[in-house]
Amino acid sequence: MTMSVLISNSMNKEQLPEKPCADRLQGKNFFEVRDLQKSIGDQEILRGVNLNIRKGETMVVIGRSGEGKSVFLKHLIGLMTPSAGSILVEGKELVGLKERQMRDIRRKVGILFQDGALFDSMTVAENVAFPLIELGIKDREILLQRVGEALEKVELVPHMAKMPINISGGMRKRVSLARAIIAEPQCILYDEPTSGLDPVVSESIDRLIRRMQKDLCVTSLVVTHDMNSVFRIADRVAYLREGKIYFLGTPQELRDSKDRYVRSFVEGRPVEKEDA
Amino acid sequence: MTGSLVTRFLRYQGEVALLMVETAKALVLGKVRWRLVGQQVVSIGFGSQLVVIVTGAFTGAVFAAQSYFKFSEFGMDSAVGAVVSISMCRELGPVLTGLMVAGRVGASMAAEIGTMKVTEQVDALRAMGVHPIDYLVVPRTIAIMVSMPLLVAEAIGFGMVASHITVVYGFKVPGSWYMQHVVEHTELIDISIGMIKGFVFSILIVMISCHQGLVASNGAVGVGKGTTAAVVVSSLALLVFNFFLTLILNYMSPLGPSG
Repeated sequence: MTMSVLISNSMNKEQLPEKPCADRLQGKNFFEVRDLQKSIGDQEILRGVNLNIRKGETMVVIGRSGEGKSVFLKHLIGLMTPSAGSILVEGKELVGLKERQMRDIRRKVGILFQDGALFDSMTVAENVAFPLIELGIKDREILLQRVGEALEKVELVPHMAKMPINISGGMRKRVSLARAIIAEPQCILYDEPTSGLDPVVSESIDRLIRRMQKDLCVTSLVVTHDMNSVFRIADRVAYLREGKIYFLGTPQELRDSKDRYVRSFVEGRPVEKEDA
Repeated sequence: MTGSLVTRFLRYQGEVALLMVETAKALVLGKVRWRLVGQQVVSIGFGSQLVVIVTGAFTGAVFAAQSYFKFSEFGMDSAVGAVVSISMCRELGPVLTGLMVAGRVGASMAAEIGTMKVTEQVDALRAMGVHPIDYLVVPRTIAIMVSMPLLVAEAIGFGMVASHITVVYGFKVPGSWYMQHVVEHTELIDISIGMIKGFVFSILIVMISCHQGLVASNGAVGVGKGTTAAVVVSSLALLVFNFFLTLILNYMSPLGPSG
C-alpha cells in the first residue's frame, strides 16, 4: 500500500473518538507545583511558584519575556532541576528522580519546543515517527498511517519527505507539534505554539489544542504571549510575574481584572502608576 | 587563579569519569540501538579509511627511508625492517591513527552532539523518555571501540607495505633479507599491543568528544569551542596515556634483551 493511499484513508476516517472527560469533572490534578524556585547564577528566575494544573484543562501561562515561563515549563518534565520546591505529576514526586526514573512520567507528556527542536538528521516524517519507534512500534504501515494522521492535523502531509532545514520556522513548529501529539500523551506542554505563525495557522493550532482537549481529555499547558490565543484556548490563565504566579483565574476574570499589572499586560501598554 | 584552574581541571576529570560510568551502565542496562551502531561504524571506521591509509603508508615509508639513510652507513640495511615493524606496531601505528581519528571523528562527534544540545534536540530526546547517553554516546562508543583497533592494524599493515616498497624497490635492499628481519623481530604481541593501545585511545576520544558535545552551550560559539577542545584535549590525553601505556605494556611484554 502506498503512502498516499494510507494517508488518504487516514484522512477520511474519524480520527479522535469522543469520550467524556471524567477525571476533569473530578478535579484531579495532573501537575501540583509547590514553592518552585530556580536560580541560574546570581539570578533568581522562579521565586516560589505554586500552581495546580487539573487533568483535562488547558492552562495558559502568560508573562513578559524573561520572566521564566519556559524555565517553568521545562521543570515540569525534569528538563531542568529546581533549586527548591516540589513537582507532583499525577501524585508522584518528580524532583529528585534520576534521568532514567523519569522515563515513565515523560512518556505521558508531549512537548512542543519554542524553536521546534527537530532532529536535523531526519526527515519530517522520521521526526514525527520517532516517539512511536521509541515505543517499539516497528510496523512500517502503522508508522506511515500514524505519521500521516499527525501531519494531516497540522496540514503538512505534502512536506513529509523534506528535511527540517528545508522548511520554514512556522512549519518546523507544526512538525514539532505533530511529533508531540503522535504518541497520544495525556498531557502536552506548548512553549509559544503560535509565535512566528501567520494568523490563519495560529488559529488552526489553537483549534487543534482545543480539539485535543475536548476529544481526548488531554491536559494542556501553554506558554504564550499571544493574547488572542489566550482567550481562544484557555480554561484558566496564570500570569507569571517576578518569579511567582501573580494572577490565576479564568479568561473572563483576566479580562475583568482591575489590577494595573494585569491590565497592562493584557492591553499591551506600560504600567500606569495611577491605575493602582 | 591557580586554585580555580585546579578545581576546573578536577571537575572536568570528574565529569568525564561520570560520563564513562553512565555509559558503562547504559551498555548494560540501556537499550542498544544496533542500527545507530552500524551507522557509526560506517562513519568512524569506513569514513576514516583514507586518512588512516595515507597516514600509515607515508609514516612507514618516511620512517623506513630515514632509518635506511643512517643504517646503511653501518652496513645494516636489512635491519631497517625490524625497526620499522616494531615502531609501527607499538608506537607510530596506534598513536598516529589515534591522533588522526581524534581530529576527524572527535571533532565530528563534539560538533554534532554540541549542535543538538544548543538547539534543544538533546532536550527533545530527554522529553521523549530517551536517555541521551543511550542514544548518542553508546552507539558511538561501541562503534569506535570496534573500529579503532582495526584501523590501527590497517595503518600498521599499510606502513609495513610502504616501508617494504621504499626500502626494497627504492634503495635496492634484498627483499628476502628485509622480510626475514621483519618476521624474526615482529611477534603477534607487537601487533596486539598496537591494537590494545588503539582500543584505549578510542575510549579517550569518544568520552572526551561526547562530553564536550553534551556540555556545549552559548550557541555556535560554544559549539566551536567545544569542537576545538575535543580535538586538543583528546590528542593531549592520548599522548599522555600512550606514555603510561607503553610502560605498562612493555612491562607485560618487554622489548630488548630481557624479553
